[in-house]
Amino acid sequence: MDIYLPIAAMSQDVFVLLALGGAVGFLSGVFGVGGGFLLTPLLIVIGVPHTVAVASSANQVVGASVSGALAHWRRGNIDFQMGIVLLAGGFAGSAAGVWLFAMLRRMGQIDLAISLAYALLLGTLGTLMLAESTRAMLRLRRPGAGRRKLHQHTWLHGLPLKMRFRRSKLYISALLPLSLGFVVGLLSGAMGLGGGFVMVPAMIYLLGMPTATVPGTSLFQIIFVSASVTVLQAVENGALDAVLALVLLVGGVLGAQLGTRFGARLRGEQLRALLALLVLAVAAKLAFDLTVRPADPFTLETLGE
Amino acid sequence: MRRALPLLLLLLLWSAPAGAAEPLVADLTSHFVAITTGFTGADVVLFGATDGPGDVVVVVRGPGRDAVVWRKSRVAGVWMNTRQVTFAGAPSYYAVYSTRPLDEIMPPAMRLLNDIGIADLRLAAAEKDRSPQEIAEFRDALIRQRRQAALYAEAVGGFNFLGGELFHLALGFPAAVPTGNYTVQIFLVRDKRVVGGQTSPLYISQAGIDAEVDDFAERRALSYGLLAVAGAALVGWLSSLPFRHA
Repeated sequence: MDIYLPIAAMSQDVFVLLALGGAVGFLSGVFGVGGGFLLTPLLIVIGVPHTVAVASSANQVVGASVSGALAHWRRGNIDFQMGIVLLAGGFAGSAAGVWLFAMLRRMGQIDLAISLAYALLLGTLGTLMLAESTRAMLRLRRPGAGRRKLHQHTWLHGLPLKMRFRRSKLYISALLPLSLGFVVGLLSGAMGLGGGFVMVPAMIYLLGMPTATVPGTSLFQIIFVSASVTVLQAVENGALDAVLALVLLVGGVLGAQLGTRFGARLRGEQLRALLALLVLAVAAKLAFDLTVRPADPFTLETLGE
Repeated sequence: MRRALPLLLLLLLWSAPAGAAEPLVADLTSHFVAITTGFTGADVVLFGATDGPGDVVVVVRGPGRDAVVWRKSRVAGVWMNTRQVTFAGAPSYYAVYSTRPLDEIMPPAMRLLNDIGIADLRLAAAEKDRSPQEIAEFRDALIRQRRQAALYAEAVGGFNFLGGELFHLALGFPAAVPTGNYTVQIFLVRDKRVVGGQTSPLYISQAGIDAEVDDFAERRALSYGLLAVAGAALVGWLSSLPFRHA
């Protein structure tokens, strides 16, 4: 059954969209990330224009993260104080991201920038996560290898503007979550992703937050950052397709709930290793597509549609 | 009734006094194509009558829109857009239907004059510093991609002639057809001369809920964005309800 997408100006099979939303939602439920980083490239693969894919993914991420954040909130796993500081950076970052997107679009480099940024980010993160989770799995095999400190102290802890985050048992500089929020907001605005896959590891390794509060807090701030991206993309680039986002969302929320159940049965480090492999696969695909000679070196863009 | 209408039209055309001033009379059965939620393309039927033998050429032209063609080349191992040519006001849709191949019907000068045929399509580059060879290369790319998307098309035959003078033809539009004002030109060519011509308007537009979404998104972008966010949040909240006690 085909459905006509008014902003993308194309027909798509509604079941393909539901399945796509469901699959991405399932993964996001398993790993506790928004899934935008998979949704945007997948939409591009099925022929949705880059710009519409970015804006509509952001809209889908709003709904998916509300659903996820509520589940974590009921378990008391959200550090609201941390979330709000991240958010302050996030709003500034998302505005900068949407502006960057519009500028790259005018220069004709938006497709390249999106693919390149995804490939670099996912490649780096995937490698780091895979290394970390492998070490964690090896450590488990050899019990008594020593207790870990709560977190390592580095120069990052010497920065000014120190704040106490009670829920996360942290006393760190507010500049850290502010700049983390900004970077993730920038990615969100320019690439349509929630940024959970950057946010989650950074919260664990950079801020040193306890693992229990990480997914909930990340989802909490993603709700607001992706909401601001959705509105900015609609106003600045006119690229938001609400019909597309809604169909993806219906598939996505069902998938996410199933994914959460499934994820609860896996061990943390196994989960992280799996996510790392997935992230690396997406990065490899994007990097490969950038370097291989395109079938047609010409692309066409019609203005004023 | 829908089936009877074309017949009625034919009869009307047929009963036009023989030897009247017009060698060619033609019209579309509908001047409006509505793109609704289930839209997968549409056919618009053209009816016509000629006053004798000759070839019929139909040119369907969509609204003009600036088209930017980018060319990728390899920079530091990565393929990126490095050069562009903008064709200002290029027709977003262009289709030619003819009873025989165009080059058999009319001489090149006449095709050029009337802007008939994809090969003779007027496409002007906005950049002034490009060589003619380069512009030709980008022009070919534009035409090739639009042909692949079925937005530019040339079809020979497909006319249904009844008794040699009455004809009907189905104009097929793909799902991705651009919206806006179209013109449909119908020519009658006899002995390499245009002896009759007519132009008929066609309007293609989104209709129903999609049109409203599109219209709203354009005019009230802020409200649209906020509403989309609220809708998504609502779906997210609703979806978490059944699992509340899990």
